[in-house]
Amino acid sequence: MNIKPKVGVVSCSGECCSLGTLSRVATRLVLEEYRPDVTVTICLPLFLAGELEEHGFAKEHPTIAVDGCGKLCARKAIARYSKEPADSVVVEDILGQWGIEAPASRRELDDEGVEAARRLAQEISGRIDGIRGE
Amino acid sequence: MGKPVLVVPCSGVGKAFGSIGRDATFRVVDELRKGKADTLCLSLLVMGDEEARDRVASSKCIAVDGCPLECAGKNIVRSGGSIAAHFWVMELLKENRGLKTGEVTFLDENGVKLSKLLAERIARKVDELAEEDR
Repeated sequence: MNIKPKVGVVSCSGECCSLGTLSRVATRLVLEEYRPDVTVTICLPLFLAGELEEHGFAKEHPTIAVDGCGKLCARKAIARYSKEPADSVVVEDILGQWGIEAPASRRELDDEGVEAARRLAQEISGRIDGIRGE
Repeated sequence: MGKPVLVVPCSGVGKAFGSIGRDATFRVVDELRKGKADTLCLSLLVMGDEEARDRVASSKCIAVDGCPLECAGKNIVRSGGSIAAHFWVMELLKENRGLKTGEVTFLDENGVKLSKLLAERIARKVDELAEEDR
């Protein structure tokens, strides 16, 4: 029997702007609602502050990096401290393709922000299916 | 007005602790002490971003950690900064056992109460630290 590993969804922390908030909320929606049985996550700083278990995360799980902006902290951190991610999403770029403005508040998403987060979560979920060959 | 106090929350995405700490941080820097306090992306510190390291090294820093792994505090110190004050969301939960919460993505009523409590404490500490510079 071929048991596929769960996919690690790793969001940037993105405290500096609402793009980071979208990254985190979309990631949580994937974990809680869209693909709860096939995904896991890890706090990004644990790659640096953590122990061997954390450093081995991307070696055990194919990962998808979810970055708010072009600084690509999640993608770079996964690659530097564990293993190259299998896929990567940049929220700023995707919103641009969709013609959606970044939310005004970084603390609390309004209805439009939640809708954008759900659309992002669906995008990430599709990528996860691709990674798992489903 | 002096240099803003830097409030650095952990980027906790796995449990409610991280969400509460981050929400409280945004309340402080965007509302309660706007201009007197600021924050930055912890991911940038993890990646060794020079500008972020300079800000940490030259500012009074408040660490807001969700769990005992202390990613915020550890990364401040590793970036050449010193911790002027340290808050732990788990301690707040122990003090307020009646306010049980488990929601991570969108804080529930108790999560919001805890965030407000924590934000008030952080704001008072920002005032104390700012007063030292006068």
